[in-house]
Amino acid sequence: MNFRQKHLLGIEELHPLEITEILDLADTYVDLNRSETKHGDVLKGLTQINMFFENSTRTQASFEIAGKRLGADVMNMAMQASSIKKGETLIDTALTLNAMHPDLLVVRHPHSGAVNLLAEKVNCSVLNAGDGRHEHPTQALLDALTIRRAKGRLHRLNIAICGDIAHSRVARSNLLLLGKMENRVRLIGPPTLMPSQIGEFGVEVYQDMEQGLKDVDVVMMLRLQRERMDGGFIPSEREYYHRFGLDAEKLAFAKPDAIVMHPGPMNRGVEIDGTIADDINRSVIQDQVEMGVAVRMAAMDLLARNLRAARAGALAHA
Amino acid sequence: MTGTLFTNARLIDPEAGTDTIGALRVTGGRIAEILAGPADATGDTVIDCGGKCLAPGIVDLGVKICEPGERHKESFRSAGRAAAAGGVTTMITRPDTLPTIDSPEQLEFVSRRASEAAPVRIHPMAALTKGREGREMVEIGFLLDAGAIAFTDADSVVADTKVFTRCLTYARSLGALVIAHPQEPILSKGTAATSGKFASLKGIPAVSPMAERLGLERDMALVEMTGARYHADALSTAAALPALERAKAAGLDVTAGVDIHHLTLNVLDIGDYRTFFKIKPPLRDEDDRLAMVEAVASGLIDIISSMHTPQDEESKRLPFEEAASGAVGLETLLPAALRLYHAGALTLPQLFRAMALNPAKRLGLPTGRLAAGAPADLVLFDPDAPVVLDRWTLNSKSKNTPFDGARLQGKVLKTYVGGSEVYAA
Repeated sequence: MNFRQKHLLGIEELHPLEITEILDLADTYVDLNRSETKHGDVLKGLTQINMFFENSTRTQASFEIAGKRLGADVMNMAMQASSIKKGETLIDTALTLNAMHPDLLVVRHPHSGAVNLLAEKVNCSVLNAGDGRHEHPTQALLDALTIRRAKGRLHRLNIAICGDIAHSRVARSNLLLLGKMENRVRLIGPPTLMPSQIGEFGVEVYQDMEQGLKDVDVVMMLRLQRERMDGGFIPSEREYYHRFGLDAEKLAFAKPDAIVMHPGPMNRGVEIDGTIADDINRSVIQDQVEMGVAVRMAAMDLLARNLRAARAGALAHA
Repeated sequence: MTGTLFTNARLIDPEAGTDTIGALRVTGGRIAEILAGPADATGDTVIDCGGKCLAPGIVDLGVKICEPGERHKESFRSAGRAAAAGGVTTMITRPDTLPTIDSPEQLEFVSRRASEAAPVRIHPMAALTKGREGREMVEIGFLLDAGAIAFTDADSVVADTKVFTRCLTYARSLGALVIAHPQEPILSKGTAATSGKFASLKGIPAVSPMAERLGLERDMALVEMTGARYHADALSTAAALPALERAKAAGLDVTAGVDIHHLTLNVLDIGDYRTFFKIKPPLRDEDDRLAMVEAVASGLIDIISSMHTPQDEESKRLPFEEAASGAVGLETLLPAALRLYHAGALTLPQLFRAMALNPAKRLGLPTGRLAAGAPADLVLFDPDAPVVLDRWTLNSKSKNTPFDGARLQGKVLKTYVGGSEVYAA
């Protein structure tokens, strides 16, 4: 087994062989999920807690289904509603949960690095379900699986990531993963939505969709995160749609067989035209959702194997 | 003559710029004479320094002591012990406490507590505006009478240029020194790191180093306009230095400081969101660090200070963006500064010019010198002794040092204030 991590905190820590192993295992879970029984037992007896300090419907549901299909006992905690409001610190919350002996902790938090901090304080495996604008590793992995299945490979592809890069953890994890797997990554968006010195990450930066989309194999659109904006990053939604929204005209610059991706939830008519999102020949957006469950099953399966091995090792030493 | 004779000492004289073996006699709490050759010790108590360094005690400009308000973080007693252990013989304290030190009554409280509880000298600064809110100026005249040594809103910028101009004009009429934190407050609002590759990778909201230059350029224009005495508390970026250079060349009454962390650490030290490295201004790129070291060597930057800012574990054990800023530094200032000496970047007289002589001169204090007649505020230290820093051994109540586990060279052996020993290792 190549996968040696205790936690899944980010793509940054992963080796390409570890990424490949997760994706290979996820492929088998795609098959399982399409079968009638849809059930495994590799997480049987383990407790999975989903702690979401930020609203999420899709990611939380995906993790929940993934855990349940593999036999884990899954609990969801909506943290905005609970003790955080009472002034409890993140560490206290973590220690309280830790005392309940969870095995897998799935965490989303509005601040970058918060999940890393939490992982230092607990005994179980922690999965980052998105921290601030830092990383969202399972999203990048599910995107990778979607690309690999659609294109037959995950290397030497031209991939454009378009939109609000600055506020996007999805973009960070994706550009790290796609870079590690030796693809050419282009970032397209207005300069006010680009992180500082992003060009030093081994990516090409474009401010024009025509040039940026030329001959790409994959078009990855990002949500324009209006709730993250202090205001004033772009003049208006309609100007943004005109210049950076994906429509048939702009997509025509990409390769004829280019696929269109979006992490959801979509703002139709802001960053993507509705008919393209629904075009079954181009859009793989529904596949991404399906791959999400499989990838999360694979990630939790691998982490649980390491967790069990570590515990067995600790027992042997005792 | 009866007094104390320090023999066989490596005398670090920042005024003369010399580093020579000799002896120093102290009588009546003052330095009586400096002797180059063998000294006649008749009647004196002799302290053999064993060839170790004897330098003027450090004058640390900008120490935060959390009294009143947050004594659990740092008290005058604990800060005083930390200062003595760090070779700091004078602390210039900040007014950014709870509540702010912005009235003569509060300043008197601080002075009283300081003289009761701390073994080193303490001169308090007062706020420049009430509550450090940047709206109304404090009673600068009364506060001067009560002993305020300078006026500063600490890390809070007086954003309203009209208010700041009036503060500078009024302070000028009384000859008061204004200390400011050069920063463009709108650009830096809500940020926790310096923009660049590291902050982009870690997803930390970041501010361009240009915000410091903007702040300093504004302040220099206002100093030119008002003729005020001005000190920039902690510069950290290469981009800000030309403005400082121009102001000094134009003869404005301007000085500038840098804190020890910006001379010894850079943004990459933050690593995996380590909040002990979250300070204000934020850690910069290596190029900026090198520029600051060079500016200290050339004398463009006048003062090195610790910017001692105690924070308890609770305010640091948070996600990076939410964690409090600041680091303790009284006890690590000297060993950290000695990194620059061992790296060949600065000589010992240059270091003590920035840590003792210049702050004393700027504040009108008689200390900071190895000269006959100056108060015998001295630090005896071994510049080569290796230390692996353990934060739990610090005297400060708060242990938030970025140097925990760091290998440092340099150990304070003894500290004297007015000729009396206040610390012995």
